[in-house]
Amino acid sequence: MIGVLAFYAFAVVLIVSSLLVITARNPVHSVLFLILAFFNAAGLFVLLGAEFVAMILVIVYVGAVAVLFLFVVMMLDIDFSKLRNGAKQFAPLGGFVGLALLAELIMLYQVWPNPPPLLEPDVLDVDNTKALGNVLYTQYVFPFQVSGLILLVAMIGAIVLTLRTRGGVLRQRVGAQVERSEADSVEIQNVSVGTGVSNV
Amino acid sequence: MASTDFLLNYLPIVVFLGIALGLASVMVLASMLIGRSKPDTEKLSAYECGFEAFDDARRKFDVRFYLVAILFIIFDLEVAFLFPWAVSLGAIGMFGFWSMVVFLTVLTVGLVYEWNKGALDWE
Repeated sequence: MIGVLAFYAFAVVLIVSSLLVITARNPVHSVLFLILAFFNAAGLFVLLGAEFVAMILVIVYVGAVAVLFLFVVMMLDIDFSKLRNGAKQFAPLGGFVGLALLAELIMLYQVWPNPPPLLEPDVLDVDNTKALGNVLYTQYVFPFQVSGLILLVAMIGAIVLTLRTRGGVLRQRVGAQVERSEADSVEIQNVSVGTGVSNV
Repeated sequence: MASTDFLLNYLPIVVFLGIALGLASVMVLASMLIGRSKPDTEKLSAYECGFEAFDDARRKFDVRFYLVAILFIIFDLEVAFLFPWAVSLGAIGMFGFWSMVVFLTVLTVGLVYEWNKGALDWE
């Protein structure tokens, strides 16, 4: 009973906030509604008994991905009214992509009406995180390693795309400072009267 | 759907959310109802000695903030993979241990790369 009520509350707020994500005029408001949608999805995961996934959703999506989205929105520096005019001409393409995804979902449902029952340990019996850890690193070792490679590609890609070294920046090179010896920094010259130093 | 016993563990969070929501709405409503409100355009204008705003507050960020954020997300995910591994390390044996070591080695390659490229330095 409590679970059913909570499910409908989370589901309604999730759907409304995800509709507001795509209809809000200000992109920053869109990102804030996206955060609300993430929180409600985490609530739905808790209702399913998937505590670990729910907490990871809050940590990774709310804590990191939403911040990244805010960065992107801030960095774009766009004139929103100008952007809105251009959006019209891409509407057919976007509609086509949406229809294709919808058709794929319907076809998936057609060919797979009765999916095999999932491995579902009782949440009061086995700890949720433990149930995940028991299979992730042994039975599903290949997807696990592939995810590591994807993270590596993302890391290198982000560095290659965004790292720019700015010229003319004075920075401290600690290694060079420590390496410096008395021999290559101080020179004692014997200057005779009236001539001055010439070989500096 | 999980059992009610399990969901009752989350009751303190719901109570906390209720208190937070109630307190926030009481503060907003009370200041709307009790506080005196005399709107004036002068109150919204720049202060006497401040100059007029000549630029938009919404400026472009430097792209390196984005780089720091994306590197943070990647290592955040790496740590997220470590939690279930640490919990069930006793059950998965040496194979599970070494699969995590390989995973960490792959990401350490990325760490060495970004360190040598100077992506962690702030000019």
